[in-house]
Amino acid sequence: MVDVTPHGADFIPPAEVAEVELYHPHSWWTKYVFSQDAKVIAIQYSGTALAIGLVALVLSWLMRLQLAFPGTFDFITPEAYYQFMTMHGMIMVIYLLTALFLGGFGNYLIPLMVGARDMAFPYVNMLSYWIYLLAVLVLVGGFFAPGGPTGAGWTLYPPQAITSGTPGGSDWGIIVMLASLILFIIGFTMGGLNYVVTVLQGRTRGMTLMRLPLTVWGIFTATVMALLAFPALFVACVMMLFDRVIGSSFFMPAIVEMGEQSPHSGGSPIMFQHLFWFFGHPEVYIVALPAFGIVSDLISTHARKNIFGYRMMVWAIVGIGALSFVVWAHHMYVSGMHPYFGFFFATTTLIIAVPTAIKVYNWVLTLWRGDIHLTLPMLFALAFIVTFVNGGLTGLFLGNVVVDVPLSDTMFVVAHFHMVMGVAPILVVFGAIYHWYPKITGRMLNEAMGRFHFWVTFVGAYLIFFPMHYVGLVGVPRRYPELGETAFIPPSVHTLNEFITIAALTVGFAQMVFLFNLIWSIRHGKEAGDNPWRATTLEWQTASTPPPHGNFGKELPVVHRWAYDYSVPGAPQDFIAQNDPWQPTGGRE
Amino acid sequence: MSAILIFMAGLAAVAIWWLTQQRLTAKPWLEAGSTDAFPRTEAPAIEPAKLGVGVLLAVIGAMFMLLVSAYFMRMAYADWQAPPMPRVLWVNTAMLALASVALQCAVTAAHGGQLGNLRLALAIGTLASLAFLGGQLVAWRDLSAGGYFAIDNPAISFFYMMTALHGLHILGGLVALGRTDLRAWRSAPAGRLTLSVELCALYWHGLFVVWLVLFAVLMGWAADFIDICRQLLS
Repeated sequence: MVDVTPHGADFIPPAEVAEVELYHPHSWWTKYVFSQDAKVIAIQYSGTALAIGLVALVLSWLMRLQLAFPGTFDFITPEAYYQFMTMHGMIMVIYLLTALFLGGFGNYLIPLMVGARDMAFPYVNMLSYWIYLLAVLVLVGGFFAPGGPTGAGWTLYPPQAITSGTPGGSDWGIIVMLASLILFIIGFTMGGLNYVVTVLQGRTRGMTLMRLPLTVWGIFTATVMALLAFPALFVACVMMLFDRVIGSSFFMPAIVEMGEQSPHSGGSPIMFQHLFWFFGHPEVYIVALPAFGIVSDLISTHARKNIFGYRMMVWAIVGIGALSFVVWAHHMYVSGMHPYFGFFFATTTLIIAVPTAIKVYNWVLTLWRGDIHLTLPMLFALAFIVTFVNGGLTGLFLGNVVVDVPLSDTMFVVAHFHMVMGVAPILVVFGAIYHWYPKITGRMLNEAMGRFHFWVTFVGAYLIFFPMHYVGLVGVPRRYPELGETAFIPPSVHTLNEFITIAALTVGFAQMVFLFNLIWSIRHGKEAGDNPWRATTLEWQTASTPPPHGNFGKELPVVHRWAYDYSVPGAPQDFIAQNDPWQPTGGRE
Repeated sequence: MSAILIFMAGLAAVAIWWLTQQRLTAKPWLEAGSTDAFPRTEAPAIEPAKLGVGVLLAVIGAMFMLLVSAYFMRMAYADWQAPPMPRVLWVNTAMLALASVALQCAVTAAHGGQLGNLRLALAIGTLASLAFLGGQLVAWRDLSAGGYFAIDNPAISFFYMMTALHGLHILGGLVALGRTDLRAWRSAPAGRLTLSVELCALYWHGLFVVWLVLFAVLMGWAADFIDICRQLLS
């Protein structure tokens, strides 16, 4: 045992944080709408993200219908298909996953888990949400703009993004998209400042960095990465707006369009790719790191066992965060680059597999001889591990230049990234919602509906994306709305496409059951009590559920231990809360 | 992308230094303290707001370094022609330096509780910043009067874009500084203004450093410097 009793002049924050420091709501509007309470903001963020995610889900159905039954649906023209594809990708990556993990879970969990009353700057936090909402509304506005939303693909590569052949390229679509992204980044930066400063400054007494739950570590590191990566997207968006609106030539080379010379000359499309992927690759881990953190806590809690290798988990999170800034060009192997560059980026890409694999081993070793409860959160966490390993392995294929070049722009890539950063983080989102819903509403989600949702989603996701790898391996290109009569594509691909579509529609239906469950259980769910999972972290130790404004009672909790004291020998219960002063030798004092 | 990578390496160095102070090698599962004592949180003992502005400056710095990276990348293409830089930029740089110094004096005055000096320093800082923004507009007018419009050449587009983005950040800072001015003139006790003044000063120093980098890049010194380094290396 290491004695960590403070000596001498160590700084100890006060036990009571004055209530006057909090802005208390005075009216219905400031309590539920323009609220500065991080928990309300979290619910606003999550609700908005899920709502816009529903739009993206419907778009994916339309795309799948077109791929399986080309020509059946008159309104899905090739232009419309590209618009659906672009909006689906953009919404899912940025407006759903990033917003939900950082804006939703970050806002709800950070103050509660570190033992703070609220975020460091509640007013800025509120602004963050409203700017995010504005960004979402502007994005949706694209559907109503003349010419419809942009169809440039979620990567928005120039020159095609702003030429007349691309839907929305010479209309409003691309402008609306860029404006929405710029707003999102401004809004996110406001929120991100809050998350970082709250983790650094808002921790309660005894909550050292190495006693933080891994959820907080994941969200914190992802936020730092997002704060540094999003400026790259911001800069790229501003420069592309210049190119599109006033005709400058940052990215645009000289182009003859419909027999007419465009005003541009000499620009570099590759420069956009560098800027975009300098944001785009860290973005993968901005989504993945919070998922890593959350899944660690879910597994530890529901296997009633301390997390294996906590220190290594923290180091791995930080290491992955740092490494992910030096791998961006592996998205650009086919753009042409110096062979040594390709070698460098392939090496860094494969090195990331090391800390990632450490995490996977640690999750599995946490499960080893644990008292595994197959609750809904645990089912989703287990499904995540399997899916993440699956998607990660194909990532090792694609990280190598020689393998990537033939597979690039095939459905294999689509299957890979949907597995690793689509399905896997979404499974964690579901697991986390089943886990924390009792704290947010005071009631459990319906178990039967939850199990139906889990099995259909988990099995269905594999039925969708596993065959898609094979479709890609035979060379079916991505981004094609229709395959037509092509010699190298066997008829079985068409059959598989129909199969995938039916699976996708079924999985989509299961999500409706989930949404129904979310609403139904608010009134009809089983009463949860304060700590239904018998978990150790501070958010479960609040005096009432849902926690009031200010989170804790008069005094902030005092942290005596790390977040993973499950099944400690000799302890009165199979968990010891972080604020429980129990000692193994003398017992409770 | 070398500029942003150097910037990131700098941030990483700060982060690593900070992490080494955080007992990251602790074994929390073995920790035990007496029941009424607990380890301190190791939260840095600075104002949360100051840390917030610091993080914001890092984000702003990353954004401008990305622009600088793009500037150097685009510069390598054949059609690049840098315009002659308006001379008023020198005056503007001096103005922003003055604003930065004045706000630092305001911090000293606020600490000393000298309301008169505080008001004077704040006024000078605000006016110098406004003069800087006005000067940037004059620079834009000079350039366009010389026939250099944003779309003629990427070098000119970069000039307008970088100065505009920097100016917008100064403008945002002026909102905060304006509110501080109002409170100073409403005779709030100087002690209670300290934090606001400190935050403004910190932000201004940051934006001044950003401007110096942009100035060096736009004047072509940074490119010359890189050339010299390349020659030395090869």
